[in-house]
Amino acid sequence: MNKNIILCGVGGQGTVLASRLISAAAMKEGIPVQSAETIGMAQRGGSVFSHIRLGENVHTPMIGLGQADLILGFELGETVRQLPYLKEGGRVITADKAVMPVTASLAGGYDPDAMHAYLQQNVADFTLVPAEKALAELGSPKVLNLLLLGYASGSLGLSEDSLLAAIRENVPQKFLELNLKAFQYAK
Amino acid sequence: MHKEFLMGNEAIAMGALAAGVNLVCGYPGTPSTEVLETIAKRRPEGTYVEWSINEKTAMEVAAGAAYSGARVLVTMKQMGLNVASDPLMCVEYVGVKGGMVVLVADDPGPISSQTEQDTRTFARFAKVPCFDPSTAQEAYDMVQEAFELSEKYGTPVFVRPTTRVSHGYADIVVKDLEEYKVNTPEGFIKDTKKWVIFPRASFLNHQRIEKRNAELTAELSESPFNRIEPESRNAVGCGLGLVSGGISYTYAMEARKELGGVKLLKVGTPFPFPEELALEFLDGMDEVLCIEELDPVIERELIHLCGKYRLNVWIHGKLDEYMPNAGENTVDSVKKVVAPFLGKVLQEPPKPELPPLPVRPPVLCAGCPHRASFYAVKKAMAGKKTIYCGDIGCYTLGNAQPLDMVDTCLCMGAGLGIAQGVFHTEPDTSCFAFVGDSTFFASAVPSVINGVFNQADFTLVVLDNSTTAMTGHQPHPGTGRTMMGENVPPVSIESVLKGVGLTVVETVDPLDHEKAVETVKRVAEEKGVKAIIFRSPCIAISKPAGKCAVDADSCIGCRTCIDEIGCPALSFADGRAVIDEGQCTGCGLCSQLCPVGAIAGKEAR
Repeated sequence: MNKNIILCGVGGQGTVLASRLISAAAMKEGIPVQSAETIGMAQRGGSVFSHIRLGENVHTPMIGLGQADLILGFELGETVRQLPYLKEGGRVITADKAVMPVTASLAGGYDPDAMHAYLQQNVADFTLVPAEKALAELGSPKVLNLLLLGYASGSLGLSEDSLLAAIRENVPQKFLELNLKAFQYAK
Repeated sequence: MHKEFLMGNEAIAMGALAAGVNLVCGYPGTPSTEVLETIAKRRPEGTYVEWSINEKTAMEVAAGAAYSGARVLVTMKQMGLNVASDPLMCVEYVGVKGGMVVLVADDPGPISSQTEQDTRTFARFAKVPCFDPSTAQEAYDMVQEAFELSEKYGTPVFVRPTTRVSHGYADIVVKDLEEYKVNTPEGFIKDTKKWVIFPRASFLNHQRIEKRNAELTAELSESPFNRIEPESRNAVGCGLGLVSGGISYTYAMEARKELGGVKLLKVGTPFPFPEELALEFLDGMDEVLCIEELDPVIERELIHLCGKYRLNVWIHGKLDEYMPNAGENTVDSVKKVVAPFLGKVLQEPPKPELPPLPVRPPVLCAGCPHRASFYAVKKAMAGKKTIYCGDIGCYTLGNAQPLDMVDTCLCMGAGLGIAQGVFHTEPDTSCFAFVGDSTFFASAVPSVINGVFNQADFTLVVLDNSTTAMTGHQPHPGTGRTMMGENVPPVSIESVLKGVGLTVVETVDPLDHEKAVETVKRVAEEKGVKAIIFRSPCIAISKPAGKCAVDADSCIGCRTCIDEIGCPALSFADGRAVIDEGQCTGCGLCSQLCPVGAIAGKEAR
């Protein structure tokens, strides 16, 4: 099996942990895995992405244009930004969340509804995750990553058991229950 | 042996530990930082680790340990190598006893740096052998080999990953603890002829180094890190070949997978160049395409070989504009050049036409005390002739609208010197130099003394958030914690400043806006070099004070909060200010600005 997965969002949204969990789950199943993260200045509220590549005969962690099987978006505009990487017929799962950049708060120019409409019209295999509502129910804005991972769990080519084991091993004990609840929310 | 999922930088650290490294030191800088942090986390008892105050000191600490027979790793980013170049250039001449590996992470793009300088070029300049890993696994293996080479020839050795290797993860094979090499340092043996650098000895050492590097071209031609990937069955274009190294090699391999398995020379030691292997590769070639980032290092070596051995091979790359001469390579940019080189038509994926997307530059976090500091200075100095000299750290982001409080930014600690130069040129300008606490210790202190001695007039603003925030919260002399886990007396910034002759040194909480503004107004009026220390901890490592909230009924929609401070937690919807509680830390700066008191939360502090 070969899978190319892109996680994207805004620095601080927790993409790095989600990427780490997918990779750890792949390791458990003996699937070769490589990934690449945005680390550095962009983590301060800039656009960030993770590339994850599962399977044999992979030379580089970086995914080429039109090569991603799945884009897991943490923010509507950032999801749209990554679309050139989506394979023909690829899947997009994105939070309904919009993070207003300071530039847009000052001068306008960002319409999240237009992003949603664009995804709806242009991506056949598209799932909008009701993140705002779910996070309110879960009582924490910090578990967006586990919420989305739950929605994506059937699309990663990995078993739910290995994902759960990866979560148990990598999430600190005192936040584990909340994170597991977020992961299970999709059901 | 076992498998671990490691970041390239973690792999480098684990490789050094497996090689029995005794001492590790460095200064944080993206994309190199995680190497030393991993050493601190995973080190066996007896391995010493420190964040030094800057790269120059780190290089000297490393040299002293290597003189004493220790295996040492010193880590930095490419900009840091400039700071450390004075000791490094000399250590290459003097030599080392214990293995000395200098880990310098380059940043093509650049993504988090001021320049796109290439440590491979620096290696040739400094005459220091250089390894250039392509993957995390190779980085792990190379570090161990670098220690062997360093000890064999008594020379420092570079290991030079780039961002995508440093921050790429892979499942790699690593040694078990029992398989680690154990190195017991012999100790420093006095020998002034060896350890004291003098012109006569340097002449002889120069001859020795040139001879060694010339001989290394043959030895490194046998290295597994330099190799020829043979043509595969689907190969096309007889007489055509690719040459690559570093992360670009992985892109070239992806291109080969798709476009045909053309012959490829992989260069893992760009200096000294594996000449014999390259000659073997060039034999029978008509045209060769060099795929590399930053400088055309491999390309120049091949052109040199073609001249030296009168070979009739056409070398393509950056110098004849086949490849871009700046920025990162990508899987796609490489494919795009390799396809026509091989006479193939690339099947490009359809380009979707995207709706207009917001620009999203990095910003100061919601609740960042630097925002309050910049805003206080801005308010206090409104209408006056000023220059705001910025520096390297999170606070470079104070340049963004609406704060717009960084007029210059050059390199670590440079803002202080620039402020002095501006003052001596136009003395009626009120000059400010902003510097973070870690940068203060790293490289600002000599410039403070320079200003005091040479009678400059400027206001030094130390933004003290009690950590090295930009690179991920490393300790420094002001925090009183070492990487060995010891609590030590912190070095006081106030005492340092007073010790070098400043009489006006005021410390204030920037989140107390009124007091902060009043302090700036007062201190800026003083003559000579004077300092304000804005002290408030980085919000990423302190407990939030609470949350602020807008009372929608009282908010008059004047946008003052949004337009004045540019906090990412603040946005405007339905004619009212809105606070994103996921981001808000309750710093209360916005509530202090609201003309109608519609933002609650300051009381929570």
